[in-house]
Amino acid sequence: MDWVNDVIQGILTGGLYALFACGLSLMFGVMKVVNLAHGDLAVLGGYVALGVIAITHVPVLWSFLIVVPIMAAIGYLLQRTLIQAALDRSILTTLLVTFGLSVVIENALLQFINADSHSLGVNNSIITASFSVGSQIQVAYLSLLILAVAVVVLLGLQYFLSVTKYGRLIRAVADDKEAAQLSGIDYRHVFGIAAAIAVGSVGLAGIAQGLSAQFAPTTGTDTILLFAFAAVVIGGLGSLWGTLVGGIVLGVAQEIGSQISSSDGFLAGYIVFLAVLVLRPQGLVARGASS
Amino acid sequence: MSSAEDGAPVSSSLTGDSAEHAAGPQNGTPLLEVRELTVHHGQLRALDHVSLRVFPGEVYAIIGANGAGKSTLLRTIAGLHRATEGSILFDGRDLAGVRPERRATQGIVMVPEGRRLFPSLTVEENLKVGATYARKGQWTIERVYELFDWMKDRRRQPTAQLSGGEQQAVAIGRALVANPRVLLLDELSLGLAPVVVQRIYAMLPQILASGLTVLLVEQDVSQALRVASHIQCLLEGRTTLEGRPADVTAEQVEGAYFGLAGTTAGPLPHDRGAGGYGGGLGGVVPPEATGSEPLWTGSTTSSRGS
Repeated sequence: MDWVNDVIQGILTGGLYALFACGLSLMFGVMKVVNLAHGDLAVLGGYVALGVIAITHVPVLWSFLIVVPIMAAIGYLLQRTLIQAALDRSILTTLLVTFGLSVVIENALLQFINADSHSLGVNNSIITASFSVGSQIQVAYLSLLILAVAVVVLLGLQYFLSVTKYGRLIRAVADDKEAAQLSGIDYRHVFGIAAAIAVGSVGLAGIAQGLSAQFAPTTGTDTILLFAFAAVVIGGLGSLWGTLVGGIVLGVAQEIGSQISSSDGFLAGYIVFLAVLVLRPQGLVARGASS
Repeated sequence: MSSAEDGAPVSSSLTGDSAEHAAGPQNGTPLLEVRELTVHHGQLRALDHVSLRVFPGEVYAIIGANGAGKSTLLRTIAGLHRATEGSILFDGRDLAGVRPERRATQGIVMVPEGRRLFPSLTVEENLKVGATYARKGQWTIERVYELFDWMKDRRRQPTAQLSGGEQQAVAIGRALVANPRVLLLDELSLGLAPVVVQRIYAMLPQILASGLTVLLVEQDVSQALRVASHIQCLLEGRTTLEGRPADVTAEQVEGAYFGLAGTTAGPLPHDRGAGGYGGGLGGVVPPEATGSEPLWTGSTTSSRGS
């Protein structure tokens, strides 16, 4: 029964990891930008949520209605300024620029706020409660909610990309931005929209992190970015649903690893990550299956 | 520009042509004008003071061998390359600094070399992307389906499943739905079977009937001469010949195309008879031309005899 519980807890954690990963995957899939500031933007989203809640007193769970648009606007502006300027030089420059951005965000948070850990507490007893399946399996409503949010985000993204006008433009620009220009499309604006979606989803990830655990200025690089990368690589680079598959595989591996030895959870996750890189470098879900 | 030696004949032929255009059914002012355009790829000078004037309703063909600068010319007009010198005027306005996507929405739409469809999109999605920021006009996705009757049934297929000729048709359709005023066609025939090329060029009259102007680049000289109302030959970035297909002789085109001895110095004047050059060219057909089809057939063979 322990193993069943591990798998279930791993799947639930996978929802959080998928939220971490889907923005990273989208930015790479559309503009070939590996956003090293991804995790720090998620943490920034958490701090924005803290600020929004303090100022407006909205319920924690509804703070996303304000946080996500703010983060999306930040994403659009970053893409149109810093990241586009880096892209105009070379793909490699984007690595340096996003790395620099990561350092700046992390240190700005340390400088202007503090190094303390924060969490987004929910006073709603239904959310903090859990229900049991059988005698040994406890399922927290919060984990279930985050997994559901991840699935809704992925479904929404898939619908947006495959049906809407801007989704079509994003796919066209990802295929061939010069050909898109010849059809009258300003690819820089389309890149901006893709970045807005990616960073908006990262805002959700920051809130989810704050709800299920804690965040501090360094959480972005030492936890969120690493798990997001692992989930993206396991699932398959550029594949939307691959991020959920990758997140779940990573989550299950961590749970089972920590069952074997309580300190080896993360190690097990990275072993799976390396195994996928060696045995199936294209990822478990081949690109093109969904997006 | 080496205007000392070739300036005079170029300008005289240009003025001569524009006079003809003005007298003809077309509008007196050019829709697209390229003035003394020079473009560099790094150190390499791809275009060297090339000028041209395209009048409304024309089919203007740029011919020339590989590396002559034809595609560079078209891509610079579309805004994908920056000019070192010279200017491009569209409807009298200078296009300097206008981004490619703005040029497209103003009415200069290019069908790029190699078709460049969006491979992860279906046929219909490719057309929809082309129509997203379209000018007002008579071309719609439905009209494109009427022009290429097979396309509607296969609109939900990914373009990767289409043959080369079908992909070219989708690329043309994607450009048409933007309702261009000038359609730039870059090497339509590249990689396609001759029969397919002819079928695609057979669509040109229907496209022109909608009031479009066409500027095309073509390595297939016979095809270009068949459809064009005006041709211009480039060699190593310079204009070596230009005029109406009926006014140039086979020998002149051959000389201008391959840059044979005695013809590289400048463009051939139109009024010069074939006899002046023909004699010297008979034995010096370059290796690329031998063993393949004759350079062209059809309408222009009559001018060979004149």
